[in-house]
Amino acid sequence: MNIEVRQPERGGTQAIKARVGIFDCDIHPKSSLEDLRPYLSNRWWDYLQTYGQRQRHGYVKGFPYPKSQPLASRRDSWPPGGGLPASDLNFMREQHLDLYGIECGIMNPLSPTGQGEQNDELSAAMAFASNEDQLERWNRREPRLKASVVIPYENSKLAVKEIRRRAGDRRFAHVLFLSRTSELLGKPRYWPIFAAAVEAGLPVGVHVFGSSGRPMSNTGWPSFYIEEITEHSASLQASVTSLIVEGVFERFPELKVALIEAGFAWIPALGWRLDQNWRRMKDEVPHLRKAPSEYLREHFWVSTQPMEEAEEPDHVLDIMGWIGWDRILFASDYPHWDFDDPFLALPPSLSEERRTKIYSGNAKALYRLD
Amino acid sequence: MAKHVVAALGDIPPGTRKLAQLNGRAIVVFNLGGEFFALNNRCPHRGGSLFHGKQTGLVEADGPGNYCYSRPGEIIRCPWHGWEFDIRTGQSWCDPARVRARRYAVGIEPGTRLIAGPYVAETVPVSIENDYVVVEA
Amino acid sequence: MVREVNVSGAIDCDVHPTVPDMKALMPFLDDFWRETVEERGINSLETVTYPPNAPLTARPEWRNKNGRAATVAAEVTAQVCDRWGAEVAILNCLYGVGLLFSEDMAAAFTRAVNDWVLREWLDRDPRLRASIVVPMQNVDYAVDEIERCARDRRFVQILVLAMQEVPLGRRHLWPIYAAAERHRLPLGIHAGSTYRHSVTSLGWPSYYIEDYASHTQAFQSQVASLVCEGVFAKYPGLKVVLLESGVTWLPGFLWRFSKFWRGVRSEVPWVDRSPAEIVRDHIRLTIQPFDAPADRDCVERAIEHLRSDAMLLYASDFPHWQFDGEETVPAGIPAALRRKILVENPQATYDRLAG
Repeated sequence: MNIEVRQPERGGTQAIKARVGIFDCDIHPKSSLEDLRPYLSNRWWDYLQTYGQRQRHGYVKGFPYPKSQPLASRRDSWPPGGGLPASDLNFMREQHLDLYGIECGIMNPLSPTGQGEQNDELSAAMAFASNEDQLERWNRREPRLKASVVIPYENSKLAVKEIRRRAGDRRFAHVLFLSRTSELLGKPRYWPIFAAAVEAGLPVGVHVFGSSGRPMSNTGWPSFYIEEITEHSASLQASVTSLIVEGVFERFPELKVALIEAGFAWIPALGWRLDQNWRRMKDEVPHLRKAPSEYLREHFWVSTQPMEEAEEPDHVLDIMGWIGWDRILFASDYPHWDFDDPFLALPPSLSEERRTKIYSGNAKALYRLD
Repeated sequence: MAKHVVAALGDIPPGTRKLAQLNGRAIVVFNLGGEFFALNNRCPHRGGSLFHGKQTGLVEADGPGNYCYSRPGEIIRCPWHGWEFDIRTGQSWCDPARVRARRYAVGIEPGTRLIAGPYVAETVPVSIENDYVVVEA
Repeated sequence: MVREVNVSGAIDCDVHPTVPDMKALMPFLDDFWRETVEERGINSLETVTYPPNAPLTARPEWRNKNGRAATVAAEVTAQVCDRWGAEVAILNCLYGVGLLFSEDMAAAFTRAVNDWVLREWLDRDPRLRASIVVPMQNVDYAVDEIERCARDRRFVQILVLAMQEVPLGRRHLWPIYAAAERHRLPLGIHAGSTYRHSVTSLGWPSYYIEDYASHTQAFQSQVASLVCEGVFAKYPGLKVVLLESGVTWLPGFLWRFSKFWRGVRSEVPWVDRSPAEIVRDHIRLTIQPFDAPADRDCVERAIEHLRSDAMLLYASDFPHWQFDGEETVPAGIPAALRRKILVENPQATYDRLAG
């Protein structure tokens, strides 16, 4: 009998790995500002050293809704050799990529990327640096990890420049937004970004968080972190509505949008509400040639994490069926605390066919990668 | 169920915990002020490793805004989704009626009733004054 | 007229009396405020939440020659009670007194609205009941107004708009809930905004269709706030009614909320059981609009997701144009639930209906 300090093995790991290569649509690699140094000009490096980043929430480090665990990460994701969660590629391989048989993972770096930074030029400089870093320090060493095109989304001219720089590079999976943009995503100021994404043949990925600079809800500022994380879906409802009703998909019929970490149970009800009101007030939006729910169905994908946990598990299956089995993308959110274990997160009663679609089939159809 | 020696008493000082593999099952053993408790390491929610979680106290409230912190170190929070389990009983705090971490009986066997096994051979010589931590699993 | 669902005897929990203009409120203002209205040319407090001529605001055949609907009691009872069969109708006046910034003006105009409802509506038809419009601009004034109006038992609820300056659970607002609980008046939260913030958390939408969709987002935030701040822990007798919220958004929201609570519970330890349970105990929703799929099986399934027979309350939302024809109850609601929705749940929610 032994004392073991390794993590317990998942039952059936080998069997599952052999059957399905998992496509993980949401991994958060952690680079430091020092890691970005090679890709930043002296001007912006010096600026960062002196003035730093200014996110619209006001803190130098940390958040006014402090996370429930340090860096919002799993407590077991801190690499034994030191460093922050998801900063050590070897440990990420051991704890995640190899353990679960991840065939392909999309990196959605959250910081330091300059997204939402008050200064547009700095935001653009950091976006460039983050994209270079993803390629050089992550993808080149670990080709299973695909990059996102981080963009300074509040300045569409600079964002388009960055997208065009990366267009045609099939190591990039999608163009990345954070969800709390300073305006609704359907507003014309963001359209050049959608044009560039379509031109580059890239979907747009919208990942929760960021700081819009507005109150966190449309009824002011809540008090608690639990309210912040619960209510991300509300702001996505507003942006999804905006994208549809402003006619973005009429203007860009090839645009595809992946909603990441926003949950998905709210999608059918939003479609029903918009349809009901569109039927009554079509004259307001003559540019829409279809019911809103049709645009929802045709242009949006949702990631599984954080997996919905209904009191009756069948109810989650109802939602998935109403959304469309071809629209659902597996995501782990490694290394965050609300991480979904690939082997345990999906409803156990799913058919093999649906499970395979969610694990990889749908992502492969959406993302055109090497 | 069989008895397994998991550690020498001195290996798990008060306030610490140890992870053991028994028959392919991972068990985490806690020393709460000299009392020993053991739980199945696998969180009943979604399988996180409780050993890697945070040992903390019980947070209650007697009204909105009145945080009452007691029993420091007697709650283990899963390192993943943060579910809280009472180390003494395995009871979860978010759904006490339905969810608990599986408990294992833990006893301290005095040295004379030690079960012979490789552990003894691999470490320090057996002494009848030494006590061993034994888990039934 | 034969309808699929016979509504007779029902309690219609959401009907809107329309203030024609500020002149209608003049008899209920004192000399100073009457003078103020005239001197400063305050003619109207109509809000863009329901643009006067927008289809949703009123069905064309319900509008009078001035283009407004539901401006007098007889018109409303003729439709809601005589034609559609409700025995009782609860009036929720949405005139835009909640948007004013001056606390004193807001208090005076709010009093006038409540008095107008009392004289021009409640006094004219014994089938009518009403909500007390609450001036949220000042908590003391709000409590005063509740105390003043609660003496008349035909006021059965207190009424606030869904989008406020701060989330409704915030503690400095609690004296309002104390007063409501004391008088056994549910807190009615109605779709609408005080326009303290953009109607979405990401700014102002271009189209009215988007505006109208934004109310469900506010309801989500309000439910989370009331639960997380501990309003129901402090006021266990308080009931909340979500008026014109849409219904089908709720189950998915509760799943996410309850899931996170299980892991983050220690941030709000006074939330001593799953948010889903707390909501089922304390919160009710009116059924118009229902935000339903066209498919009747789907409607039934969506209702099953609520996991409660007690939550839904009948409402026509007159004169808002939520449905065509005379079927005030959305298609697909199981027959077994009808009596609960039409009569029993409203009776259980509004204690004062019993007299």
